[in-house]
Amino acid sequence: MELFAGEYDVIVIGGGHAGCEAALASSKMGYSTAMFATNLDNIAMLACNPSIGGTSKGHLVREVDAMGGQMGLNIDDTFIQIRMLNTGKGPAVHSLRAQADKHDYHRVMKRTLEAQPGLSIFQGEIVEIREKSGRIVGVVTALGDYYSCRAVVVATGVYLKSRIIIGEYSVNSGPNGFYPANSLSDNLRDLGFIMQRFKTGTPARVDGNTIDYDKMYVQPGDEEIIPFSFLHDSLTREQIPCWLTYTTEKTHDIIRANLHRAPMYSGEIEGIGARYCPSVEDKIVRFPDKKSHQIFIEPEGKHTNEMYPQGLSTSMPIDVQREMYRSVPGLENVNIMRPAYAIEYDCIDSKELKLSLESKSIEGLFFAGQINGSSGYEEAAGQGIIAGINAVQYIRNRDPVILDRSQGYIGVLIDDLVTKGTNEPYRMMTSRAEYRLLLRQDNADMRLTRIGYDVGLVDDKRYDWFMRKCERVENEINRLKNLILSPTQEVLDYLERKGSSAIKSGISLYELLKRPEIVYKDIEYLGGKQEELLRQDTEQVEVSIKYEGYINKQLRQAQQFKKMESRKIPRDIDYANISGIRLEARQKLSSVRPESLGQASRISGVSPADISVLMVYLEKRKREI
Amino acid sequence: MIFEETIAAIATPPGQGGIGIVRISGPEALEIAREVFVFPGNRTYPFKDRYLHYGKVRDSDNRIIDEVLLTYMKAPRSYTAEDVVEIHCHGGIISVNNILQEVIKRGARLALPGEFTKRAFLNGRIDLAQAEAVMDLVSAKTEKSARISANQIVGSLSEKIGTIRERLLALMAHIEVTIDYPEEDIDEPMIFSIRDGIGEIIGEIERLLRTAEEGKIIRQGIKVVIVGKTNVGKSSLLNALLRENRAIVTDIPGTTRDIIEDFINIRGIAVRIVDTAGIRETPDQIERIGIQRSRQNMDEADLVIMVIDSSEPLGCEDMEILEHIRDKKALILLNKIDKTPVLTRKDVVEELGGDIPVVNTSLTLGTGIDKVEDMIYTMFFKGEIEADHDVTVTNIRHQEALIRAQSQLQDLIEGLDTQMPLDIVSIDLRGALDALGSITGETVTDDLIDKIFSEFCLGK
Repeated sequence: MELFAGEYDVIVIGGGHAGCEAALASSKMGYSTAMFATNLDNIAMLACNPSIGGTSKGHLVREVDAMGGQMGLNIDDTFIQIRMLNTGKGPAVHSLRAQADKHDYHRVMKRTLEAQPGLSIFQGEIVEIREKSGRIVGVVTALGDYYSCRAVVVATGVYLKSRIIIGEYSVNSGPNGFYPANSLSDNLRDLGFIMQRFKTGTPARVDGNTIDYDKMYVQPGDEEIIPFSFLHDSLTREQIPCWLTYTTEKTHDIIRANLHRAPMYSGEIEGIGARYCPSVEDKIVRFPDKKSHQIFIEPEGKHTNEMYPQGLSTSMPIDVQREMYRSVPGLENVNIMRPAYAIEYDCIDSKELKLSLESKSIEGLFFAGQINGSSGYEEAAGQGIIAGINAVQYIRNRDPVILDRSQGYIGVLIDDLVTKGTNEPYRMMTSRAEYRLLLRQDNADMRLTRIGYDVGLVDDKRYDWFMRKCERVENEINRLKNLILSPTQEVLDYLERKGSSAIKSGISLYELLKRPEIVYKDIEYLGGKQEELLRQDTEQVEVSIKYEGYINKQLRQAQQFKKMESRKIPRDIDYANISGIRLEARQKLSSVRPESLGQASRISGVSPADISVLMVYLEKRKREI
Repeated sequence: MIFEETIAAIATPPGQGGIGIVRISGPEALEIAREVFVFPGNRTYPFKDRYLHYGKVRDSDNRIIDEVLLTYMKAPRSYTAEDVVEIHCHGGIISVNNILQEVIKRGARLALPGEFTKRAFLNGRIDLAQAEAVMDLVSAKTEKSARISANQIVGSLSEKIGTIRERLLALMAHIEVTIDYPEEDIDEPMIFSIRDGIGEIIGEIERLLRTAEEGKIIRQGIKVVIVGKTNVGKSSLLNALLRENRAIVTDIPGTTRDIIEDFINIRGIAVRIVDTAGIRETPDQIERIGIQRSRQNMDEADLVIMVIDSSEPLGCEDMEILEHIRDKKALILLNKIDKTPVLTRKDVVEELGGDIPVVNTSLTLGTGIDKVEDMIYTMFFKGEIEADHDVTVTNIRHQEALIRAQSQLQDLIEGLDTQMPLDIVSIDLRGALDALGSITGETVTDDLIDKIFSEFCLGK
């Protein structure tokens, strides 16, 4: 019995980090949206580590924020510790990472969703996605409700046919005891998607009262809090520390003695695990010479004693888990409250998607997050916001928003997934970004806020705030260009103190700031403090002046790159007819169906010569029409 | 104009011609010409559109390379519809190559196969009817050069480039891992050790480029490969050809013991002749490698000469070779006709099922050698066999990659000296790796991430 239960523009399946961003984006853009989660208690759940950000992931959060997303605001509201990583390195790789109160994180996000006009939240399992003549028409719930809609965003995370494995024990279950979604996986198969099976895992949660912190090293947060969201220039908050300890020889012995009981080695697990988040047994097998591994003990929140021991992810049986955890200094008497586990789940082959995250075969069907083979909350959120925006753009009959590799980590992430596919859970890394110096966390707003505004996701308040920032930054750069410093005794003394060579004639503050030993604080001293400038303004000014040479170099590279990206390949091209292209390349091109010559050139197995032939073919075609 | 890069290549067929032409096309063609060309008396004049200019080409140390004539064809009235400069120099291998290298050092990129024609088409100079031909040209040439570069992976220069790339990759992985995993207990690489390492690599690139310039690596001419099973008279053929024709270069050093390679001149055509190990099934490891090389040589050949003993019936080794050369330009010698022949031309043609030239010879008596030379000569002038540019081109491409990598590494050192952070100088490292990987189409990111995860223990 099927009941018509309602009609929405966009239906989002899943309430995780991708689902939340997608649902908020489409509803904020003015399109009625329904979000379905199998359990409303797992909305924005931090199922693994209680932290947001980190290298390149912090960049993703800033990008989501810059486009009008929620993740940055939500973590700013709920963090219990925050640190800027890599401050000893260049500005492109400074990365924010926060410890979240995972319960607050869920609660605050749920409240935000509930408060969003045009967005309805339902607890329910979607068992069928319905299409008609290749277009999305609706979804059906396990209870038989039918909802019609114009676009669907699938953001089911690790819930499709998921199975949890702890040593010899296994159970069909989603993370943390939430039940899995089995029917939708089959439905996707019926719709023609090829499913893959991936694996990930998480450490046990242990009772903080049974930890001896005296044997560990304290890891406090930063004294000066730099928030994620561009809307917050500074915040104050009492922070909670993390703790550092190490595995011992004994830990490794216990693991080695029990390897035959580890599902990864006994053949119990068939899913493909990521190199990016290995279990402790993986590390010990793959790097036998390493005598010790770091363990960070991270609090799960303010109102719980549960602690997350980062570095002790395992799928060993519970008795082995207890024994090995207790061989770590400080954990001698530890109580495991929730066991560590490995989880297997179904995901699609991301090569079946367009750069807009829409399916190549069904119009109006979008995918975001772990279902696409990625891993990580931030990667999920980055895809979620794009899928949400493009679901609306599809309904509006407008061009999708596609960020290219020189515009954002989100662009790198989606391009990698869609063009190359992945055979293990994909993690973002700064090393994946060719134009890293352009994709800094400090300039995500400069790169993306306008794009978010143009599609109607960034509201006037944020846009106005952004425009004023741009103006302040520009004025300050001009001021520094025009302010000439004379070699007075005072100036010469100051430079000497800073270990900077003396100036003979006048020099602009702009030029002076380019010296490696001079920082903006010195400029403030020499040229007067500008009271109206915010922390994020001066950061922007300093970075863009100091690294101007390298930034320009990357801009030139990016320009070259964009040229190839702008040469579009018509959708109806038939590669079988282009005889000059090698067979392997022809097959790859036919399966990926790249949208531009640039994207085509990144497909593995497509050579520069194939691209040459393709270029000539496209020109020929153009002239024939 | 669509293309920003300026490209250059040798426009004349390789060999013993009187004149060699280096063609440069693109926005910087004129600028490059100004840098390499000197007018008589060191005076400076503007280049005039569609005029011949007399002067000399010099290298970066101001040494004269050759006396030349230079034409400048202003865009769009040129073959590619871009600014084109052609430098006419003395023929032969040395001069054109040196000039091309100089041009590349000044910023031109080596043209890909068929690229001038491709540009001509994309810039609207050639009509549609010619487009198919362009694509065929590009793809045919490419198939071949892809095969050759793949084979050259075992060649000494690419091997060395491979080693350099591997070292740079390891260095970059070390830098990158400390960026992406700042909290792992991995020490950051020390600036001075990076500086030393890069300095060493720059020195090595320099040495490689010098050897390349001395011409030890560049070999040229039509590649003729002699094959056959053991004891059919392959070496006698080589000796006979060598006796008849003055060798230009003998015994290239560094070639493998089992492959003998010589340059000879057959009636004015430069021929690079290769004698291969006899092909037969063998358990002997060294011999097996030799045989594998023989097969590879056949794949790269412009012409294969197969020697068959006419006094024996066709064996399975013969059949295997015949199978291998089925789609190639080949010439078959029925040797030992002084003995009682059991094989005739007809047998062989039937076996191959196609039209293939067959010559009867007795190499020990010297019968038929003239005929063999005639055949090579005719096939060349009928255009049936074509001198292969690609080996040279592949070598120059390697050099170009080295030059580009070197300049990126010099930028890197400069960056270190101005105290740029490691993640920023790493941009130059990526550039150098990109340059070195461009030959074989290796991409930095995937290799880098593999390297990071194979060398360091990471992850939560």
